Amino acid sequence: MADTLLDVKNLRIEATVYPPDEPAHDITIVDDVSFSLEKGKVLGLIGESGAGKSTIGLSPMAYGRGGVRITGGKVMLNGRDILKERTRGVRRLRGKEVCYVAQSAAAAFNPAHKLMDQVIEATVRHGSAGKDEAKKRAVDLFRRLGLPEPERFGNRYPHQVSGGQLQRAMTAMALCSRPDLIIFDEPTTALDVTTQIDVLAAIKDAIRDTGVAALYITHDLAVVAQVSDDILVLRHGKKVEHGTARQIIEDPQEQYTRDLVSVRSITHEEKKPGDSPILSVKNITAAYGKGPAAVPVLKDVSVDITAGQTLAVVGESGSGKSTLARVITGLLPPREGEITFDGRPLARRLGSRSRDDLRELQMIYQMADTAMNPRHTVRTIIGRPLEFYFNMRGKERDARVQELMDEIELGNGFLDRYPAELSGGQKQRICIARALAAKPKLIICDEVTSALDPLVADGILKLLLNLQKIENVAYLFITHDIATVRAIADSIAVMYRGEVVRYGTKSEVLSPPFDDYTDLLLASVPEMKIGWLEEALKRRSMESAGN
Amino acid sequence: MGAGIAKLVAQRFALGVLLLLAVSVVIFVGTNILPGDVAQSILGQSATPQAVANLRESLGLNQPTYVRYFEWLGGILHGNLGTALSNGQPIGPELLSRLGNTLFLAFWAALVAVPLSIILGLIAVRHRNGFIDNLISASTLAAISLPEFFIGYLLIYFVAVRLGWFTSVATVYQNMPFLDRMNAIALPAATLTLVVLAQMMRMTRAAILNVMQSAYVETAELKGLSRFKIILRHAFPNAIAPIINVIMLSLAYMVVGVVVIEVIFVYPGMGQYMVDHVAKRDIPVVQDCGLIFAAVYITLNMLADIFSILSNPRLRHPK
Repeated sequence: MADTLLDVKNLRIEATVYPPDEPAHDITIVDDVSFSLEKGKVLGLIGESGAGKSTIGLSPMAYGRGGVRITGGKVMLNGRDILKERTRGVRRLRGKEVCYVAQSAAAAFNPAHKLMDQVIEATVRHGSAGKDEAKKRAVDLFRRLGLPEPERFGNRYPHQVSGGQLQRAMTAMALCSRPDLIIFDEPTTALDVTTQIDVLAAIKDAIRDTGVAALYITHDLAVVAQVSDDILVLRHGKKVEHGTARQIIEDPQEQYTRDLVSVRSITHEEKKPGDSPILSVKNITAAYGKGPAAVPVLKDVSVDITAGQTLAVVGESGSGKSTLARVITGLLPPREGEITFDGRPLARRLGSRSRDDLRELQMIYQMADTAMNPRHTVRTIIGRPLEFYFNMRGKERDARVQELMDEIELGNGFLDRYPAELSGGQKQRICIARALAAKPKLIICDEVTSALDPLVADGILKLLLNLQKIENVAYLFITHDIATVRAIADSIAVMYRGEVVRYGTKSEVLSPPFDDYTDLLLASVPEMKIGWLEEALKRRSMESAGN
Repeated sequence: MGAGIAKLVAQRFALGVLLLLAVSVVIFVGTNILPGDVAQSILGQSATPQAVANLRESLGLNQPTYVRYFEWLGGILHGNLGTALSNGQPIGPELLSRLGNTLFLAFWAALVAVPLSIILGLIAVRHRNGFIDNLISASTLAAISLPEFFIGYLLIYFVAVRLGWFTSVATVYQNMPFLDRMNAIALPAATLTLVVLAQMMRMTRAAILNVMQSAYVETAELKGLSRFKIILRHAFPNAIAPIINVIMLSLAYMVVGVVVIEVIFVYPGMGQYMVDHVAKRDIPVVQDCGLIFAAVYITLNMLADIFSILSNPRLRHPK
């Protein structure tokens, strides 16, 4: 036990909540969780939102977000109980013995200071090294993490570099003071898959080269399997299963773990596209801004969607997929090209469209939270399109609302709740019901499962597929996630920098030979197996050597 | 610095000039539609119609309004502020010395009030919701809630009369020795400071607290930095834009809103000068004072905008 770095025993964490209708009370967020970590090892903490993984992950820094506080157990770091430390002791530990890499490096860097000043701040503050020495270390880390122009990278401000680079800079910031332990809190979740694989490899190399121990927090089992020695599965603040990465992936013992491993296993037989598309987008070119300063975002985009089928539009951030949705809905009139809907041309501007045009084309958004009026009940939210489009009132409307609630598999008890009283998955279901209430022929789904936990997302996808059968509605499904595409699409359009680089039925698009970009995209999606990362990187380097 | 930022700053500047021009029109038209006739009011009720007509002629009041406007504006652009009706003296020198007095008072008041309010704001954030925070909030709010004449009289009574530290009459004159002058303005400056302190302090506190929720403040906390260092280095630079705005508003108030304080302390500033001449219906003086006040207000707000632009690293260091 001599080389045990971190030993967490019977950790209990509570928070005070202030619900609107009840008196404030304490709830338990983490209940009786124990684990230990040896020097130089990586432990993955995995679970869905609300599992308490970030809360546990921050405990070795004696830090609680919001009103969270540790009320029981021990956190032994380097042989001493850090929960007994006073403010000064805790400050000496943070940034020196334990460092933190946040999910969104873009938000975690201070926009007002240069990267270098921030990267070396903790190192200099704790006296681990002088300013010049710390800068040397930082440049060396920039180089090792594959950042461009390592000598000059630190002179830039956070907004001047990309998200993937910021995430690496944050890793460099954590490594700079040579800590014993780094906490990675969903470090690649906000990145595109093609960027994620590079950052993941950089993090893994850095951990191996420096011999630092790490807690790796994520909701994505396939990602954590690539970097961890051990994995701790959490749910509702309790331990579900704890084992080596290989055991958890290949031989899960608990039902919940098995569900996590087999997530994204929905299969969907593709339908052949028909002759008369419900929506036909022809040679669309669109730009933001006016005149010569306009930024082109869509270049000559053409796609068709057959009635009752799903077209998945896939691409990374900035590829123009959401802009395509804005053009189709009329929010952004295109510069050139035309859109035909159900055999009739669609006006370019939202304001010039008929009420039927509006009704038959509905949208569901990524953030169900912000897409609903927080002061309306579920009944009002779903009833509104019924009143607006069909002039339904009273009992007739209530009966239809009830029907829709049954279709989205939510019971009676939800009708008088407010959005704040629903879970993420339930909110998204209400948004689906609201879209369906208009009896649309096409629903544009913009990253509707991206903000949801994998198991909940699976449920939503199953529901959407089911509803498509019942209502014969077509979907334009915008996503960055290949697994989601496999699960739901009949046809696929791959977008890259405003252009459709590949388009066809699902089997055509996902079968070789691939164009370069689609190949990269497919090869970057983490697979649920140990050693995938190394294989993927080897494949990629062989390909680039071959070219 | 990019060309983009130069363009933004130039735009603000052009907008300021345009605004000032518009205000000059409003002032001129406004003073001209005031009821009553200048010639009549100079000569009094018993004047014969012929005398009034003669005076109107010699004052140029019979010319069309727009001609008089352009003559007035042209004069000001050439540094000629016109002649006061009440005493026939040129307005320029008198107004300049009054403006100098007002700016002198505002300058020393600002020199105390701005740093003091920011430091108090920082301390309030450091001890948020604690005793010190509440004490700072309560005392500055009390100061702002009391009418300024009341604060002025309180200071006169306690500091000037009872303690005898400073004089209660802030009369200054030309060639007054610097220390005497400082002694004279001590109490009005203190009153001004107390009046504007609360807004600036509370805005500093609110703006920093707003930023304290950011992820980068958490990052700083997890680096083991001390609380005051986090506030000063990581929160303050990102909260500067709203703070600059309220500072500029307070500075503007110190220049254009001090009539009451000038009256209480018998301080020969611009405010008193303008109010005196409103009473005398001396329209040219009122117009000139109005224009100068507007210029001060617009300039300070323009500076606030420009500093806000400069404080944004995204604009200062484009991609």
